[in-house]
Amino acid sequence: MKGFAALIAGLLFGLGLAVSQMVNPLKVLAFLDVFGHWDPSLALVMGGAIAVTMPGFWLLRRLDRPALAPRFEWPTRRDLDRKLLAGAAIFGVGWGLAGYCPGPAIGAAALSLRGTVFLEPFVFVAAMAVGFFAWHWLTTRRSATDG
Amino acid sequence: MTEFTPYSALIGGALIGLAAVVLMALMGRIAGISGIAGGLISSPSGDRGWRVLFVVGLVGGVALHEILRPETFALREGFPLAIVALAGLIVGLGSRMGSGCTSGHGVCGLSRLSARSLAATVTFMITAAITVAVVRHGFGVT
Repeated sequence: MKGFAALIAGLLFGLGLAVSQMVNPLKVLAFLDVFGHWDPSLALVMGGAIAVTMPGFWLLRRLDRPALAPRFEWPTRRDLDRKLLAGAAIFGVGWGLAGYCPGPAIGAAALSLRGTVFLEPFVFVAAMAVGFFAWHWLTTRRSATDG
Repeated sequence: MTEFTPYSALIGGALIGLAAVVLMALMGRIAGISGIAGGLISSPSGDRGWRVLFVVGLVGGVALHEILRPETFALREGFPLAIVALAGLIVGLGSRMGSGCTSGHGVCGLSRLSARSLAATVTFMITAAITVAVVRHGFGVT
């Protein structure tokens, strides 16, 4: 049942990325390219998402627990630390380099259904996994040394 | 070059928002893709099943759209794969270091009026725009 819930949420998310064409890296880059032929679509994708999520989360805040899990895992941190800002800055450079962030890159794997293999998402996701692993390695190594 | 598509952007965005509400209502989790996918590497094995299924659903959602409405845009051709690989590495590292990406900070975090997510979103929008300006207009890579 939990797995089914995650699958449905993932499906809706992927459908949204496809409908809004966020799986097209050129569409994303056209938003980020403020000095070129600017396409503001991405701002409306975020706006459309927030228009649903903001009232949705506001209502869920009133509940004690989610339907299929013991507790809501709302983020609790409020401090602005250097790691947050440096990480976001680094992330933005990678996003602007190729036009992929994690969700669209994973979803774009399905574009190979068109009949020809579209290599970009596979290359990106493989490299991203290396990046995830590198951060995991760096943090576990550091905490092992600190401990 | 792409054209402004306000309606499909709003409808697609609303679906993304709905996905985030569904995931929180049922599982109590934030729909941040770097957190969900990155957790496949760093979370305990008992916490991985739902992550795999979310990712499968994500690919399935794009596949479903591709079947219902095939080829709504042309695939990018001739973009250097070395840049794609470098970008993936940087995105993987940066999103984990900064505790989130466009979905976790940009959608879920802003919806919670989180100061951390607002700071992160403004920061990555600025560095992404600078990067595009340099890569496209400085080096001429498109």
